[in-house]
Amino acid sequence: MQKDNEDIIVKNLSKSFLDVKAVKDISFEVKAGELFGFLGPNGAGKTTTIKMMTGLARPDFGSIITAGIDCSKNPKAAQHLIGIVPDESNLYPELTGFENLCFCASLYGIGKAEREQEARKLLDAFDLKDAANRKFAGYSKGMKRKLTIAAGIIHKPRVLFLDEPTTGIDVASARALRIMIEELHKQGTTILLTTHYIEEAQRLCDRIAFIVSGKIVAVDSVQNLLKHDEGKYFLHVTHKGKNPDIAEKLTARFDNMTFSFMKDSSFRLESQEPINITPIVMFLEGLGIDVMEAKRIIPSLEDVFVRITGLEAGIMRKDKEKQGGGK
Amino acid sequence: MKKWIAFWNILLKDMRTYYLKPPNISWGIIFPLAWTGMFLIRSGTGLDSIPALLPGLMAISILFGTTSMLAVTVTFEKKNNSFDRLLLAPISFDLLMLAKTSGAIFFGIVNAMIPILLASFITDISVSSWPLLILAVFLIAVVSTFLGLLIAVAVSEVFEAQTFSNFFRFPMIFLCGLFLPISKLPIFIRPISYVLPLTYGVDIMKGLVKGENFMPIPISFAALTAFCILIFGLSKHFIKKRWIS
Repeated sequence: MQKDNEDIIVKNLSKSFLDVKAVKDISFEVKAGELFGFLGPNGAGKTTTIKMMTGLARPDFGSIITAGIDCSKNPKAAQHLIGIVPDESNLYPELTGFENLCFCASLYGIGKAEREQEARKLLDAFDLKDAANRKFAGYSKGMKRKLTIAAGIIHKPRVLFLDEPTTGIDVASARALRIMIEELHKQGTTILLTTHYIEEAQRLCDRIAFIVSGKIVAVDSVQNLLKHDEGKYFLHVTHKGKNPDIAEKLTARFDNMTFSFMKDSSFRLESQEPINITPIVMFLEGLGIDVMEAKRIIPSLEDVFVRITGLEAGIMRKDKEKQGGGK
Repeated sequence: MKKWIAFWNILLKDMRTYYLKPPNISWGIIFPLAWTGMFLIRSGTGLDSIPALLPGLMAISILFGTTSMLAVTVTFEKKNNSFDRLLLAPISFDLLMLAKTSGAIFFGIVNAMIPILLASFITDISVSSWPLLILAVFLIAVVSTFLGLLIAVAVSEVFEAQTFSNFFRFPMIFLCGLFLPISKLPIFIRPISYVLPLTYGVDIMKGLVKGENFMPIPISFAALTAFCILIFGLSKHFIKKRWIS
């Protein structure tokens, strides 16, 4: 049953490819006008979920209700209400920016005069007016992303799916895109944004779902996710040299603290009381481990992500580096 | 009405970006000319034998003009993900497939008309029924285009689309009665000829141009129509299975 203020209701959604379970029994809701973030590393199941929600993939189990329409049974019925910006720009290289926008509008049955007017308006708003008559193939990555977003909203969708919108583009373009996303959000469009940029999710989203290995491990507002760590103290220690028993010995010696060990010769510790760095450094040196850096940290969404998912934040950064970063 | 805006614009875009490009237009003219020249040299006969060559030339022109063109364009769009944009449009799957294939069908019909047009300048062409000939050309173009759609689903690279098209086209040309009447084929090969849609298309055209059909024309039309429905249904099934899985 669709609740009045919810544009998307996903229930027990699952999807497998051969013997790989890409999405495992996920459920969440997105309120009308909300900017909902889907945060997780590459291969977490974000794109597969979006594909199921937009009709490009069929779920094995579960239901998706978008604006009151059961997309799992009849995705075509909801497609006029949704806009999709895929993770890779998929417009037509041989058409100009203007032609691409007009063509995309025509797919939604928009008449010639209206689609040309909308295309001009969007090209202006997205600062692509001068490139309107240039072929899409000749656009820069940032321009391609902008035009792809414009193509996704030209039919004024009620729900917009943005799949990794700032991946692989330069800092200035990523910043401009984030401003555009904020603007769309202000205009009341319901947005589901997938990203592996923690800072981006923290900055833009009203609520966030952490997705890891096809499972949603947490869904809440950024404030509530951060609230859990209020009143706690954190220290991040980077060291040189290895001791196979480091985890065991530290846990035994400082039993009032919780340790999370990373693969890159560093660990994070959490305590309910203020942390005195000196005994920790001296203890490590006693184990033959040189401490390179020990710094107190204010918990960020990244820390919350690490705590909840058990994943290193480094995995997300490596994803970012592989894809050319947009920060 | 709104759905037809999408249909028309998909067709228009494909015509502009693929089929009406200068290399394709020149292909449509050079291809039948080259085949005519080849047949004339091979047979050693004069220009009077051109009407006898027409059914074969038209069939080959349609087959080569449609099958690989559609397979290549769809594979190209699938490869750069722009085909997903079409799959996400709020139009029925049938209408989308018809919009994507209409451009190639039109291209195939134009390709078939070029040999007739060129031949009409050189010699007298007598056709027993022009409407039936046009209907046959249309159905051959439809069935060849749908075959291209089926090929597009089976491959993932553009070059595979081209080579895989030949896998179907060449046996079809040699076994459909174009070069050798089916009655002269070895008896164990003949059943293959009867499961090739081009066999029926060529037979209709031979009947209408030369009066040399070996099957009743209405049966050939029925068979061609059945092939169109069957191949379209198969393409749809495999597209849904492979691309919306």
